[in-house]
Amino acid sequence: MKAKIRKVLVTVEDTCREMNRSIDPVTRKAAAFAVIENPCAGQFIEDLEILMEIGAELGDFLGQRAVNALGVEPHEIESFGKAAIVGADGELEHAAAIMHPRLGKPLRAAVQKGAALIPSSKKMGGPGTSIDIPLGHKDAAHVRSHFDAMEVRLNDAPRNSEILVAIALTDSGRPLPRVGGLTKEDVIGKDGLR
Amino acid sequence: MNFDVRKIVITLDRSNHEFGPPKSEPLITGGICGVVNNPFAGQYVEALEPAMKKLEPLGLQLADDLLEAMNCEPKDIEAYGKGCIIGANGELEHGALWHSPGGYGMRQVLGDTKAIVPSTKKVGSVGATIDIPLAHTNAAYVRSHFHTLPLQVPDAPRANELVFCLAMTTGSRIHARMGGLQSSEIVGEDGLR
Repeated sequence: MKAKIRKVLVTVEDTCREMNRSIDPVTRKAAAFAVIENPCAGQFIEDLEILMEIGAELGDFLGQRAVNALGVEPHEIESFGKAAIVGADGELEHAAAIMHPRLGKPLRAAVQKGAALIPSSKKMGGPGTSIDIPLGHKDAAHVRSHFDAMEVRLNDAPRNSEILVAIALTDSGRPLPRVGGLTKEDVIGKDGLR
Repeated sequence: MNFDVRKIVITLDRSNHEFGPPKSEPLITGGICGVVNNPFAGQYVEALEPAMKKLEPLGLQLADDLLEAMNCEPKDIEAYGKGCIIGANGELEHGALWHSPGGYGMRQVLGDTKAIVPSTKKVGSVGATIDIPLAHTNAAYVRSHFHTLPLQVPDAPRANELVFCLAMTTGSRIHARMGGLQSSEIVGEDGLR
């Protein structure tokens, strides 16, 4: 592996009740994130190929971990998202290099299909900085019940020369969806939108 | 059922460089937070959809105010995003109310933009930060325009409040060099490419 990983963390959130109502089936989200050394920290590097390669590795590595954490079959994953926090000696473009060119393909393989764009967020930060990973339906971005986010943080990362790379998956949408729009039952799943 | 605005907070970021070659014009990224009471706080209310219509004027006002604060014309805006923080007596679904009116407001102000408006939402306490994802207004796959603006209101949301957020920016990330679809290559029909 090109990525030098210091830590891996997986969190699973089950929502069993909300507004004093039982949620059945329970809605579940998982985030998997890795803290890696930033090989481009401390200087302006034009060619970020190394980070793109790391992105491809992590798409598979983190995708598998999150699917396993939810304990479901890959095709049962309903929504996804990705995010990165760059430590202070890096630049925002380092997050872009990890996430945008190559992370998506192996992540889609891990969740089977995934016609939709993978929503993302990125920021600079230090140890304990939190980030909201946006979530959207994996095959049809307009499914309104699945717009959500998952907030993650790790108390000791990212250090200055590190990057925290996170993905989030769910096997469900929001707990009590009732604002209309496209529903998951009506997804065609070809163009990534509807 | 009413949403009364308690306060509006605007964040403006003018960036020249990120330790690489400086831009000729600074990149302007703006965010606006409207803090309103949550009429559904503390109870389960089944019918939420009618509230989306009620929020349309707020969507329009926030989009208008933000553009004015950024001192920009509609044509200057290249990427956008939205989000909501729900105070502790509310539920995630109350934040979902913003999907239609937030997008409506920006489309009214910016013209007929084609791409979906990326979003985040969460339940949070006073001073919580929310990361607003940004993407190109006409083609979601334009790689240079994936960006994020963290927003925060130091004294909101109180438990019975909602913070509705919009964000806009005038261009790509400062040192965008990740290839992919370029803004010069946009077809601009399906909202994706």
